[in-house]
Amino acid sequence: MRARLYRRPLEPAELLLRGVHVLDPRTDLDESRDVLIRRGVVAELGAPGSLPAPEGGEVLDGTGKHAFPGLVDPHVHLRTPGQEYKENIETGTAAAAAGGFCALIAMPNTAPVVDEASVLTSLCDTARREAHVPVGFLASITRGLGGEELTEMAELRDAGALGFTDDGRPVASAGMLRKALQYQRLCGGVVALHEEDPALSANGVMHEGTVSARLGLAGIPSISESTMIARDGAIARYEDARVHFQHLSCVESVAALAAAKQAGARVSGEACPHHLTLTHDVVRTLDSRFKMNPPLRGEDDRRALIEGLRSGVIDCVATDHAPHARYEKEVPFEQAPMGTTGLETAFAALYTELVLSGELELGVLIERMTAGIGLYDLPTPRIAPGEPANICVVDLDAVWEVGANGYVSRSENCCFHGRTLHGRVVLTLADGGVAFRARMLAEAAAQARGAIA
Amino acid sequence: MSARHLISIEDVDRPGIERILDRAESFAEVSGREIKKVPALRGRTVVNLFYEASTRTSSSFELAAKRLSADVVSVRSAGSSVDKGESLKDTIQTLSAYDPAAIVIRSPHVGAARLVAGWCDASVINAGDGKHEHPTQALLDVYTLRRALGSLDGTSIWIVGDVLHSRVARSNILAFKRMGAKVTVTGPPTLIPRGIEALGCAVQPTIERLGEADVVYVLRMQNERMHESFIPSLREYAARYQISTARLAPRQLLMHPGPVNRGVELSGDAIDSPQALIGEQVKAGVAVRMAVLYELLVGTPALAAVA
Repeated sequence: MRARLYRRPLEPAELLLRGVHVLDPRTDLDESRDVLIRRGVVAELGAPGSLPAPEGGEVLDGTGKHAFPGLVDPHVHLRTPGQEYKENIETGTAAAAAGGFCALIAMPNTAPVVDEASVLTSLCDTARREAHVPVGFLASITRGLGGEELTEMAELRDAGALGFTDDGRPVASAGMLRKALQYQRLCGGVVALHEEDPALSANGVMHEGTVSARLGLAGIPSISESTMIARDGAIARYEDARVHFQHLSCVESVAALAAAKQAGARVSGEACPHHLTLTHDVVRTLDSRFKMNPPLRGEDDRRALIEGLRSGVIDCVATDHAPHARYEKEVPFEQAPMGTTGLETAFAALYTELVLSGELELGVLIERMTAGIGLYDLPTPRIAPGEPANICVVDLDAVWEVGANGYVSRSENCCFHGRTLHGRVVLTLADGGVAFRARMLAEAAAQARGAIA
Repeated sequence: MSARHLISIEDVDRPGIERILDRAESFAEVSGREIKKVPALRGRTVVNLFYEASTRTSSSFELAAKRLSADVVSVRSAGSSVDKGESLKDTIQTLSAYDPAAIVIRSPHVGAARLVAGWCDASVINAGDGKHEHPTQALLDVYTLRRALGSLDGTSIWIVGDVLHSRVARSNILAFKRMGAKVTVTGPPTLIPRGIEALGCAVQPTIERLGEADVVYVLRMQNERMHESFIPSLREYAARYQISTARLAPRQLLMHPGPVNRGVELSGDAIDSPQALIGEQVKAGVAVRMAVLYELLVGTPALAAVA
């Protein structure tokens, strides 16, 4: 299979992580180990203190830290091309690396939309120059996200598209979606769907419920999402197509996804950290950082998403990282664009709100945060001999305030801004190279190099 | 916080509301004099920033500030820099250069007044933000009712009509509840927001039990709602929900925030009936807004404060 992830050239890591607690749910490893990385590949796992330092390489003390397979995110907005004032491939992938991510899939709702091979080719070239972690791209299902004409899906696949989505918008017409799914037989690739019935969501800006009633804001009912998942689950099954449902937000959607899977449809689903940790109650502040689509919903919905993630009905976590410039968000709630950033806070938010609260096991969280690219037929990161080094090292005891030292992302519209979270990424290895190291570690490494010199 | 802003009716507790109403009573007396002016705000500036058409709210705020001897600047969106695409934040920064003591803002967007409060040093008064709140309307309605009934405690108030699109409904439900009344809302089910019970009101699908009400508060029914399919026709709306003298008992009081669509939500005879307080409401507007300006800019904190 051809590689469909793109990154800038990097120096393969020569590194020994000494005595780090390795947790890889796919190899059932949950113990302290020395992890030796030679030429960017996991060479050996040994008992703590048993492995020698690599010649000419670096030794990092992993005591008290955890090493997980690198996190992956199948749903980000990197804003290149056309909206680089919000984010670009360089800043977005740097933010990803800081959040422990070793692979991303970027959405095509850029300006211009990724609906032609020429746009995609140039995007892949940019990623080859700028991306700190490997990035794959989805192309749009319909031209200009207009919902009326299919893109040249086969040519886009040949140019590197992992699949197709009109994310940001639904494919409102069942007939149009059916044609895309039929065409998938020719070109392959996953069709990912932002589910929303525009006739039901209308001009809504938040979840329809008690809070929208109080605030006088137009609501987006849960059924605007779940009825579309039910519809498209049925179409996917009829056409035996491969469909991925993006950012599930409500209890009815989890039920619709479970029913579609039960019926034998080849479907999968994702949930976002903000939907798993926050509810519409926070919108009472009218802080536009809490405005996203789909919206933050009720506590029952949040509980259903957590249960869906735990049971596996929801296959993976995705951040839907959606950066916006400060001036765009500094307007009344109804006028603000939808979206929150998420790459730098995803692990800590979920670890703090779901694992420390006892609602989800750490191993399950890591499994779901590393499953997203496997759904697109890409290899899933593992910490095992012979595997490329895709590892994130986390200090679970570190407590930090989100945004206190700014953000790596170009944008600051993070819904967790100001919150105190537990768990901080200190090192990210992506596709064999060091993509991020926390300042503390960077200083230690510099000192070590100085001492050797 | 201190009593710096009036953003939501929830910013004011019951004693705070009563204090504003008491002060409004004394200002009502000023309005009866030949020279209707007191020097309370002499040398201070009040900016009225209206992003939506308004007759009674803007004129009564302007008159209230002038009767308190303030310098008043009124900015309307049409023809101003706002019309030329200036952002709300930039407009506020521009107006802040005049060092206003208060900014009164009407906006089509929920939360606009709260944002403005975070961007300037002036006291901010919400004169209506989208479908969210209209706290001074609620205060003048409570004032009018208190004058008519003595107290709202234990009274039953029915709010009839398009609750979904009404900021008056939201502020008034909260204010009436706070003053001890029981509130019921009714209207076409398409125009009653899901979850409105969370504000502490009852919901009735029809006006069948309207006889239980001591006060019937009728909301404006806008023609556009018909085109958006919230109701099939104004005719059918009027047949089911129009308040006429035939549907009112003589003891029931009738209110409406204006402007009235005569023959739609209210029949002509109801508007002109002695039980209608609509004229009283308008009259109360100036005195109550004087009291609000006074409390925020001069008086000791009556507004018990949320930020």
